[in-house]
Amino acid sequence: MSTKDLKFTEKHEWASVNGNIATFGITDYAQHQFGDIVFIELPAMGKSFSKGAACANIESVKAVADMYAPVSGEVTEINSSLENAPEQINKEPYGAGWVCKVKMAAAAELDSLMDESAYENYVKSVEEK
Amino acid sequence: MNKQLPELMFLKSRDGKEGCSLSAPEIADDLCVLAADKLRKDIADFPQLSEVEIVRHYTNLAHLNYSVDAGFYPLGSCTMKYNPKINEKIANQPEWNAHPYSPIHLVQGNLEIMKSLEELLMKITAMAAFTLTPAAGAHGELTGLRVIRDYLTDKGDARKIVLIPDSAHGTNPASSVLCGYQTKEIPSNENGILEVETLKKHLDKDVAALMITNPNTLGIFEKNIVEIARVLHENGSLLYMDGANMNAFMGIAKPGDLGADVIHLNLHKTFATPHGGGGPGSGPVGVAKDLVKFLPVPIITHEGKEYKVRYHNESGSNRVKNFYGNFLVIIRALVYLLELGKENIRQVAEDAVLNANYIRKKLEPYLDLPYKSKSLHEVIFSDKGLTVKTLDIAKRILDYGMHPFTIYFPLIVHGAMMIEPTETESKETLDQFIDIMIKILDEAKKDPAFVQGAPYSTPVTRLDEVMAAKQLILRWKPAATQTN
Repeated sequence: MSTKDLKFTEKHEWASVNGNIATFGITDYAQHQFGDIVFIELPAMGKSFSKGAACANIESVKAVADMYAPVSGEVTEINSSLENAPEQINKEPYGAGWVCKVKMAAAAELDSLMDESAYENYVKSVEEK
Repeated sequence: MNKQLPELMFLKSRDGKEGCSLSAPEIADDLCVLAADKLRKDIADFPQLSEVEIVRHYTNLAHLNYSVDAGFYPLGSCTMKYNPKINEKIANQPEWNAHPYSPIHLVQGNLEIMKSLEELLMKITAMAAFTLTPAAGAHGELTGLRVIRDYLTDKGDARKIVLIPDSAHGTNPASSVLCGYQTKEIPSNENGILEVETLKKHLDKDVAALMITNPNTLGIFEKNIVEIARVLHENGSLLYMDGANMNAFMGIAKPGDLGADVIHLNLHKTFATPHGGGGPGSGPVGVAKDLVKFLPVPIITHEGKEYKVRYHNESGSNRVKNFYGNFLVIIRALVYLLELGKENIRQVAEDAVLNANYIRKKLEPYLDLPYKSKSLHEVIFSDKGLTVKTLDIAKRILDYGMHPFTIYFPLIVHGAMMIEPTETESKETLDQFIDIMIKILDEAKKDPAFVQGAPYSTPVTRLDEVMAAKQLILRWKPAATQTN
C-alpha cells in the first residue's frame, strides 16, 4: 500500500480513509521499535473508541504497549488473521498488518493528524532527541 | 562447578531403579480408604531413578541459579539489594509460629510486630495510616486505587480516568484498568519529568487521580511534585505516588509532605526482604488522613496495653488478602529498619544515589545518556550510536558471570539500559561491572558479530524469543505424544 495518503499520529499509528471508514495500523517505525511481535489483542467488533483511547494491545519480545485510536469511531472489521500471525505487522505494517477498521464518528478529527512528510520529520526529531 | 544443563529426569530414567524400598503396607484391604479399582498400579513414564541421582539432579540445577547472594544484580527498577542474614535468622524463630485464627490475647507479640512496622512506615513517609496486607507491589497499587475509588464514590464524585505519565512503572496502567478506570498516558518533558502545564492540559472533572512514579523510571526526581499535588487537589483529583523507588529518598523526603494521598511501598525492594523467585513480596499501602477509613480490613489497633484487630470497617471496605499479609516478610522489614536506625535510613538512600551516579559518571563517555537531569538511584543509558543492540550487550554480560541490567524499559528510551546498583554494592563490585561494560563495548566496536552471538558460556546460548513466546511447551511429554 502506498503510504502517501495515510494520516499519522505522534504515537506512531496510521489511518487510511475510504469514505467514512478508517483503517488503523501501526507504522513501520513503531514495528521496528517493538521488534518481533508475538501477540495482539484485537478490539471487539462494534466497540466504540474516542480518539486517543487504547484500542488494541500489542506484545513483542521486548515490550507490551497499547495502540491508540487515531480518530474516534466504532469497530466494523478486525484483522483476525493477526491472531495467528501477528508477525504480519512486522512484515507489512501498512498492508497485511492492518489492525482494524472503524466507522468514523467525527471525520474532522483527521485534520489533527500528520501527513506523510510531517510524520517523517516527526520521526527524525524523535530519533535525534 | 558443573555449568551444564542437567538432562531431564525423564530421559535419565531406567526401568527398575528406585529411590527407596518400602515394604508393602500392613493394612488390611478393607481398611483401605480407596476402592481397589481406584488405586493406580503404575504411573506411565514416571521417571525411575536412584536417590543419589535425584539429589545430584536438583543440586546441579541449584548450582545454575544466580542470586544476589551469588553476585551483582543491577536490575533497574527492582532494587535488588542484599538481604541481611539476620533478617532470616529472626524471621525463622519458632516463636512467631501462630495459627492465623489464634485467640488475640495469645498473639499480642505478632500484632505488636505488625503495628510497629506500620508506625515506622508512617514516620518514614508521613502518611496517616498503613495497611500491610497487600502481597506484592502491584497488589498494593490495586489496593491503593480501590481506596481512591471508594473515597470518591463515597463523596458522590466517582470519576473515570487515571492519568499516568509515560515514565511510570508498567504495572500502573494495568492496576488502574483492573480497578475499573480508563487510563490516559501523559508525556514527560525533555528533562524526563512531568510539567505542571502538561498535567493541566489533561485535567478535567473526570480525572480521579494521577498515578506518578517518583523518582520515575528514568531515575529522575519529579521536582514539580508539590505543585502537581496542589493542582490535582484543586481539581478534586488525588495523587497516587508509586513508592517502589523509595530507596532513592527515604530519610530525606516524605511522600506525605510532598502531597501524596496514596502510596505503596515494596518491602522486597526498599526494605531488604527477599525478592525474585517468588519472594513472597509485600506491598504496604499508606494513605492520607481523609482516606484512612477506606483501608482494607483487618485493622490492628492499640488500646491501652492491648492490641486488637478490627475485621469490619465503617466504610464497609473489604479484605484484599486472606489473614494478615505475608507476616514473615513483615518481620524481616521491621528487623531491617530497627537494625538501621534513623540515621542509617538516610544513609541507605544517599549511598544508593552515590553508587548509581558513580556508574553514570564512569560509563557516560562510552554510552548515550538520553536524559541529562540528575540521576537518583538508577541511571538509564540508550543504545544509540552503538554497533550492537542493548540485548546483545545484556547477553554478553552473562559470559562475564554477571546478571545484566533491565533492558528495553522505560519505553521512552531507545534501547534502554536501566542500571540500579543499590547501596549494598562496594566500589570494587561497581568497578568490576564498569570494566566489563567497557570491555564489551570495545568488543562490539571491533567485532559486532561476536557480541551479537553471545552468550557463549551459559548452559543455554541465545534463545529464540519469538518461538519461546509463541510456542509454549510447559511440560515434558513422552516422545510418542509430543505434538509440538
